[in-house]
Amino acid sequence: MNEDAGPIFRQVADLIETAIVDGSLPEESQAPSTNELAAFHRINPATAAKGLNQLVADGVLYKRRGVGMFVATGAREQVLKRRRSEFASQYVRPLMTEAQKLGISPRELTSMIDSWEEQR
Amino acid sequence: MTALVTVQDVTMRFRGHTALDGVTTAFEQDTITGLLGRNGAGKTTLMQLVTGHRQPTSGRVEVFGRAPFEDDGALSGICFVREGQRYPDAFRVCDAIAAASWLFPYWDADLADRLLDDFELPRKRAVKSLSRGMNSAVGIVIGLASRAPLTLFDEPYLGLDAVARQLFYDRLLADYAEHPRTVVLSTHLIEEISDLLEHVVLIDRGRVLLDDSAETLRAGALTVSGPRTAVEAFGRGREVLHVETLGGAARAVVRVAGPADEAEALDAGLTAEATPLQRLVVELARSSRADDPAPAVLEEVTR
Repeated sequence: MNEDAGPIFRQVADLIETAIVDGSLPEESQAPSTNELAAFHRINPATAAKGLNQLVADGVLYKRRGVGMFVATGAREQVLKRRRSEFASQYVRPLMTEAQKLGISPRELTSMIDSWEEQR
Repeated sequence: MTALVTVQDVTMRFRGHTALDGVTTAFEQDTITGLLGRNGAGKTTLMQLVTGHRQPTSGRVEVFGRAPFEDDGALSGICFVREGQRYPDAFRVCDAIAAASWLFPYWDADLADRLLDDFELPRKRAVKSLSRGMNSAVGIVIGLASRAPLTLFDEPYLGLDAVARQLFYDRLLADYAEHPRTVVLSTHLIEEISDLLEHVVLIDRGRVLLDDSAETLRAGALTVSGPRTAVEAFGRGREVLHVETLGGAARAVVRVAGPADEAEALDAGLTAEATPLQRLVVELARSSRADDPAPAVLEEVTR
């Protein structure tokens, strides 16, 4: 896992959430097990379990006793909603900080975003 | 959590030299603990006490709730893999494995077989004719296949190349996930194993410098960088473990309380990153001996 990027259990939870958002882990499908996550990411199983339990606490995953963890119905919408609300602090803030350093005004920034969209 | 091993105010002296000085710690059941520290810090001595190879000068060591010294009942549940382990001269690899299978009640012969293949160990070769790395691999096979409720590895990787070390970490993790047990791993290669650890005990000059969960430690120190004045302002009122400056820029390893500190650093225009365990350990060992300018040698690898 990434050494510089926050707690490992949070990184595990983020990766599962990303898979839910991009559709590779559909709702009501089975999430990877603690041991699968531990082996794949080469992390301590307790850390992997903590990441999964975090998602259970958030209502993104739910447990089926004796079977494993599954993606809750509505999980994708829930994760999207939270990530949208975090978008400003996670992406806009560093963007604005750098723009300010370079003397790029918010108006210039807007036109940059527009022309980038057009070129796509 | 219950502690499988408790070490209570243990001091160990050898002819005027104090190897351990009032050490108190515990190894929780079914966790992987990293025992870290510089050469001569006292890691091996602590492991020898826990495995009943020595008796402390003062203090109390308990394993499975009893003193391990000369207690066969406690010792049968312990596997201690020492660096540069020696075997009787006549022993072939298969003899060492067979001897271990009689010694450890939870021995898994199938696992031992698979591991011998994984590490490409020739079963009929004399152990004393093996290379250093292969000798280490024999110890690793025994340590893993013993499935001992308490397994200690004391720098088990001497002479092992990167591929074999990764094999060790992968097999340890896989078998630990299936068969949880208490594992203590002493190593200098912190970066390689930091994600495997659930708990970290750092020893320096016979004293415990750090005893905490790996997750807490990762969250407990930020590496901030940016304009020197901003870095200095952020460090005020906090414990700064290390500062480096380059012209008007600076980078500091700062102990913090939580996410609020990171937000504060970002608001001050600094970049803030979690501090990798290896870096934290190096800085702690270094700052604990500010009077001693010798560089920390935690990264050192003996091959």
